[in-house]
Amino acid sequence: MLLYLIRRVLYALPIALAVSFVCFLLVHIAPGDPISSIVPPDAPPEVVEQVRVEYGLDKPIIVQFGIWLLHILGGDFGKSLMTGRSVAQELSSAVGNTVILGLTAAIPAFTIACVLGALAAWWRDGWIDRIVGSVSIAAVSTPHYWLGIVLVITFSVFMQWLPAMGAPPGAASEWRFEWDHIRFLVLPAITLAIIPIGIVTRSVRGIVGDILNQDFIVTLGAKGLHNRTIVLHVIKNAAPTTLTVLGLQFGHLIGGSIMVETVFAWPGTGFLLNNAIFQRDIPLLQGTVLILSIFFVTLNLAVDLLQTLLDPRIRRHPGQ
Amino acid sequence: MSLFAAPDTLTAPQVTLDTVRPGYWVGVWHRLLRDRVTLITASFLLIMLAAILAAPLIAPYNPYQGNILRRLAPIGSPGYWLGTDELGRDMLTRLLYGGRMSCLLGIMPVALALLIGGTVGIIAGFVGGWVNMMVMRITDVFYAFPSVLLAVAISGALGPGISNAILSLTLVFIPSIVRVAESATVSVRNLDYVEAARASGAGSMTIVGVHVLPNVLGPVIIYATSLTGVSMIIAAGLSFLGLGTRPPEAEWGLMLNTLRMSIYSMPEIAILPGICIFITSVCFNLVSDGLRRAMDIRG
Repeated sequence: MLLYLIRRVLYALPIALAVSFVCFLLVHIAPGDPISSIVPPDAPPEVVEQVRVEYGLDKPIIVQFGIWLLHILGGDFGKSLMTGRSVAQELSSAVGNTVILGLTAAIPAFTIACVLGALAAWWRDGWIDRIVGSVSIAAVSTPHYWLGIVLVITFSVFMQWLPAMGAPPGAASEWRFEWDHIRFLVLPAITLAIIPIGIVTRSVRGIVGDILNQDFIVTLGAKGLHNRTIVLHVIKNAAPTTLTVLGLQFGHLIGGSIMVETVFAWPGTGFLLNNAIFQRDIPLLQGTVLILSIFFVTLNLAVDLLQTLLDPRIRRHPGQ
Repeated sequence: MSLFAAPDTLTAPQVTLDTVRPGYWVGVWHRLLRDRVTLITASFLLIMLAAILAAPLIAPYNPYQGNILRRLAPIGSPGYWLGTDELGRDMLTRLLYGGRMSCLLGIMPVALALLIGGTVGIIAGFVGGWVNMMVMRITDVFYAFPSVLLAVAISGALGPGISNAILSLTLVFIPSIVRVAESATVSVRNLDYVEAARASGAGSMTIVGVHVLPNVLGPVIIYATSLTGVSMIIAAGLSFLGLGTRPPEAEWGLMLNTLRMSIYSMPEIAILPGICIFITSVCFNLVSDGLRRAMDIRG
């Protein structure tokens, strides 16, 4: 068991390394000399030369990666070409804002989706199943950036209930659970949640449906146990797999927030990424992608470990 | 996974009467013909694809030529059924032409990924050993990125452009298709009849072509159709961000972006391109679900 956990953690390390390598390569697939994407175009030649030596851009690519990685591990993500501030500084506030938005979207969305999926599975092929099925198909097919625009038109332009975009002053650093702050979150959170709601509902319906088909549930029913007891058994069995789905979806939600944050001008990582792309600010792009993907790797690892702890079947047969 | 399941006598009685032993695909076809929702959505999708392919023939106006005097005409204006956009270009024409680009951007990456990922997955699954390990470890790395982030990062680094958008989305979809193809191949490879074929002297190419491919094709194609809905949304999203197509090109995501300025004056026109993306994506997802049911594959 412990061995399995250690092996799983050790396995995440090469993945994280490879993910960093892909992020590192972003500079090299960008058109033009990599040096021009690290220093501002108006930098004096001696500065350019200094950076070239510092980053070892005259050395083989694997050495460059090593140097870059050492910089990263030391917390030095380079300087944003756009603002001149360090990328780490830019990221620190943005990450907080994205996490706030992500949690606001995920917690209610995942709850609703799990309930809907379970209800649909319980009354398979009934009218609830059909309605939930249609709703989840519609949800996964929604271009969320468009839904954002529709919500803005409805609730900001026509009804004037909620702000169309932006964040409360201070956003992440001075976050308070007050309506003045929350109202900025409502529309972006709904927009961000729509696709995960559909995916989670469909997955939970599948997971719970599979369990309900298993012999032991039929036995429980045949033994005359109450539905309440059966539901408890189902939840216990569905929890580990559902947890994996939720973890993965939360990662996608945080990593894929760029379009929603762009629509609502929410000052998170997605907004930062959007600016980085259009200002050709490659260090900022690289840093943001790296942080988000390492977050994703860590999250998957955490969920995996948690699942191992929760699921007795894995606990007893760690090899599988 | 029993892909060569005997046809269900309850749902398709006439099949068992007409033919001695109908093949698996015949069964699939018959089940599809009885699935009304899938048939309707599939026909709708085909009609829509035909309409956007025929855009130069049926579109009433030039998609790039506007008349600034007629800008943002409301829906139902005489001569402009769906109104005009912020530069006075006919919306119906733009939506038809935009569909060509959106469907190209949405379908092309999935098709390419199906070809590349399917081939790689079958090879990895069939050859096994260190080839399999190498391929699967590489897909693990790409799996470790949130898909939208990877697409945005690659096309962001490469810069805006149609081919860059297609390239980045193809790279995003390849690993997952490799996984589906690999696991399907592995599950077939060790079955008795493949052993028997090998023992009777069939070469690897024959075994792959005759035994492996028909079994792998089903799950992989279903998976690819389900990716197409997602792909349409992300591809249009890249253009919405300004990464795919560039103005004055007509593309649904890009049109959503340029019409954002008009949400205060003409909201009903500003949301039209999004409705098109939504409907197309719904259709692809419904067709994918229908295929899955017809092929009797779970997951």
